[in-house]
Amino acid sequence: MHVFTDPKNFDAYLSGFLWILKLTGASAGLALLLGVLLAAMRVSPVPVLRGVGAAWVNIFRNTPLTLIVLFCYFGLYSTLGLNLADSLDLNNYWLGVVGLSAYTAAFVCEAVRSGVNTVPAGQAEAARAIGLTFTQTLRIVILPQATRSVVAPFGSILIALCKNATIVGTIGVIEASSVMKDLLNENGDAVIPIFLVFAGTFAALLIPTGYLFGWLANRLAVKR
Amino acid sequence: MRTKRAVTVAAVAALSFAMAACGGDDDSADGIVGKAESQEKLVIGVKADQPGLGLQTGTEYEGFDIEIGKIIAKGLGVDESNIEWKTTVSSNREPFIQQGTVDLVVATYTINDERKEKVNFAGPYFVAGQDLLVQADSEITGPNQLDGKKVCSVTGSTPAKRIQTDYPNAELQQFDSYSKCLPELEKGQVDAVTTDDIILAGYAAQDQWAGKFKLVGSTFSDEPYGIGLKKDDTTGCEKVNEILTEAASDGSYQAAWDKTLGKSGTAAPELDTTKLTHCGSV
Repeated sequence: MHVFTDPKNFDAYLSGFLWILKLTGASAGLALLLGVLLAAMRVSPVPVLRGVGAAWVNIFRNTPLTLIVLFCYFGLYSTLGLNLADSLDLNNYWLGVVGLSAYTAAFVCEAVRSGVNTVPAGQAEAARAIGLTFTQTLRIVILPQATRSVVAPFGSILIALCKNATIVGTIGVIEASSVMKDLLNENGDAVIPIFLVFAGTFAALLIPTGYLFGWLANRLAVKR
Repeated sequence: MRTKRAVTVAAVAALSFAMAACGGDDDSADGIVGKAESQEKLVIGVKADQPGLGLQTGTEYEGFDIEIGKIIAKGLGVDESNIEWKTTVSSNREPFIQQGTVDLVVATYTINDERKEKVNFAGPYFVAGQDLLVQADSEITGPNQLDGKKVCSVTGSTPAKRIQTDYPNAELQQFDSYSKCLPELEKGQVDAVTTDDIILAGYAAQDQWAGKFKLVGSTFSDEPYGIGLKKDDTTGCEKVNEILTEAASDGSYQAAWDKTLGKSGTAAPELDTTKLTHCGSV
């Protein structure tokens, strides 16, 4: 434990997990918005929108996240010149958020779409019968019921997202796993304790998240 | 690349456990001199991803560290074909030595006091220094001109930390390997790449970068590369120093340099035998 009693190492440890939380927070918000939008596109009657939605899901869900994140740096920023912030650190952070959200949105979309299937067909038929348009049906009738039935899968996606945030370390955001590698490099004699502290911190963050979403899922479920 | 390395490390670890299990004869008491005499083989830990120093291509290793390893093995009476090379990364060098997974480590291993508490060092066989690699037409002449410039290095490495603490006005881009920094330097997305001069020279000498970059040439640190052995193996350490002293005078040190890093156009350094370590005895 001598490794973590050194204030310099402890600060690095804290800032590593702070980056993880920041990455997870921003990406979760963006991915939720984008994912619901994609799901709406995939169930819409417009073939072009359905096609775009399906393409997005198939491309991002089947590409390794490391490649997506590296592409955000080397493709979007380095080659195409997309600059999201003035400082190098913040720019890398936002590039990471872009990659994580694009990837996670694909999973959110598929969860929401499976939620749409849990809404009885009668609901949509009734909505159309009283004269609601497609957008109104989706917004007022279908999506509120659909998203409430997939709260538990959202929890799993959020947990995966938080762990995936460590991949942004490859483009220079010094998040938890980069800090861990660094500490391992300097303390070759304490490999297992360091590893356990980092794994334990992730577990401490994520196990309650799992329970919270389990509880939310029960509370929010549509009783039929 | 990363997973590949992890698999290699896992495989190496598994293999070494298996070998330790069936080996049986205890050689730790005799140190490397005893092992070289009785078994006529050595396990040497080297880097696998440093061009010019220790680079693995397929199953072959090549580089200056490898040549130094061969010189030492020869001095201990071990045939080149009986050397087993093992890939080490910075974080597992001390554990590998302490657990006996490797007999020696020749892997850009900077001698410092913290490490001396855990392992014994022979050498240094080379003194590197932190330097900057810039585009061939760059006007940067030293670290003092890095204000507001973007500098690329490896996450958490000593050179990266030195930039953060000593030159805080430079912006630091960190990747998991130097090979990601070089295309960025070529495109001008970063203004300089920094680490030990010898490593930069190795990268700059790669065919695809020939003539595009230059070393600034004003080093701002001392990194004496040593050969790591078990903490209690004083005899082995002294023997290695003897071998190095001999290599400096009989030309094999020069030949090792010419064969590897010498290709970058840098002249062979002098192996200063007066600066060799005392092998733990003060």
